[in-house]
Amino acid sequence: MSLVLRETALAFKRAPLLSALSVTTIAFSLFVFGLFGLVAVNIRRTIGDVAERVEVVAYLKRGTPIETVTMASADVEAFPEVQRVAHVTEEDALARARQDLTEFRDIFQDLETNPLPASLDVRLKPQFRDARHAAAVADRLRSYPFVDDVRYGQEWVENLDRLRNIAGAVAAVVGSAFALVAIIIIGTTIRMAVLQRSREIEIMRLVGATDGFIRRPFLLEGLLKGLIGGLGAFALCYGAYALIDTYLLRASFFTSAQALIGIGAGGLIGLVGSTVSVGRHLRNV
Amino acid sequence: MIKFTSVTKDYPKTGAALKDATFHIGKGEFAFLTGHSGAGKSTALRLMYLADRPTTGEVRVSGFSTNRMSQREIPRLRRRLGIVFQDFQLLEERTAEENVAFALEVTGARRSTIGPRVMRVLTQVGLASKANQYPRELSGGEQQRVAIARALVNDPLVLLADEPTGNLDERATRGILQLLKDINASGTAVVMATHDLDIVRSMRAHLVELQHGMVVYDSAEDVTERETASP
Repeated sequence: MSLVLRETALAFKRAPLLSALSVTTIAFSLFVFGLFGLVAVNIRRTIGDVAERVEVVAYLKRGTPIETVTMASADVEAFPEVQRVAHVTEEDALARARQDLTEFRDIFQDLETNPLPASLDVRLKPQFRDARHAAAVADRLRSYPFVDDVRYGQEWVENLDRLRNIAGAVAAVVGSAFALVAIIIIGTTIRMAVLQRSREIEIMRLVGATDGFIRRPFLLEGLLKGLIGGLGAFALCYGAYALIDTYLLRASFFTSAQALIGIGAGGLIGLVGSTVSVGRHLRNV
Repeated sequence: MIKFTSVTKDYPKTGAALKDATFHIGKGEFAFLTGHSGAGKSTALRLMYLADRPTTGEVRVSGFSTNRMSQREIPRLRRRLGIVFQDFQLLEERTAEENVAFALEVTGARRSTIGPRVMRVLTQVGLASKANQYPRELSGGEQQRVAIARALVNDPLVLLADEPTGNLDERATRGILQLLKDINASGTAVVMATHDLDIVRSMRAHLVELQHGMVVYDSAEDVTERETASP
């Protein structure tokens, strides 16, 4: 094992330029992919923020006894799609209207009777905040006899769905294209490193080194280059994010799990690239 | 030791490089493979170290048979062989000592034994004083000596040399030839491919001559010739 480490270190030392070049290439191709990832993460977050507001509101008939509402509320909370249910009384509704709709404050002040109905405000779990599930929940709420009307902003929830689908499709297509380009570039870079040492590989074979032995330093080298490149890409992404966040618009960065997966993916691509290149080379010599 | 039995080697692009070749090289022998370029000398050597396998026929080297050997066994065979080329095949960025040590390191020799073994063979080829020099600082003859030292360091049964003097001047050639003779005298068989008839004539040795891939002369088969050729 110490020999493998030594040979790997030597490879970096003997060809510093090529090593630096391949690490830089790996870093930049992962950086491009990472930038795309940042855009995707932020779009996702924004859509998530908007989806926060998906809420199904069931307006209650006037005079519904509070016990009935409480029971129904517990019932609705047990729906698999539902995160939580808030009971808004008529007084709460009026207070909220006074607060939210300041331009109509005077009208609300002068009222003798409260025209606003009580309601159950039903918030859905994040994965169910789409038109289909909102409609299903709305239908079930309508079946309660004391429910007067149910609203969930059908039109904009459908728009949100459409936006989500488009964003998902674009992310999948563009993301895989970027990933493919990164893999091809990294593979080529590593192949160059292997070719540069083809003579060494040939001599190792002639003196009776086993294929496994020959492969190991290259695999370690590929893995290291991939990891270092991945770290570089991470740093570049962070720099780009910091600039955008400071000067352009508030953005969010990868979670640490996402960042680790990205760096790990760099290492993996390096490892796989080396395996393929060395394997092809060993068959030829 | 090395036995070719009706060996034919066809290359898809260039056709037959060896045709029905049969010869035998004994333990501890010094043998020349000779013939014009393209006669099949290098092919015969490549078959001996299993860089290629015969299309038909069988090559046996030190108990290994080309017909029954898996790809995984090839490294084991090669550790019993020393291989030397016309173009030396040294690693430019390693010193003479490191080039020789490389052959031991990559075959998993114990670290503590490497240094002494490397110095022993470098002394044997007369280059102990240049152990720390790089190939570019050495003459052609010296580079070939480093290559020979690398081939010897695993104590091979056979040294296979493909035109080892092809790139050398006459003086260096004589030196390398003498070195190969000394190696042979200490018990290692030597198989040398060469087209240089002066070299072949300069010493008594087993001679196999190839022409267009066929064995046209084998001194081991020709008793009268061997007797008349002997001074």
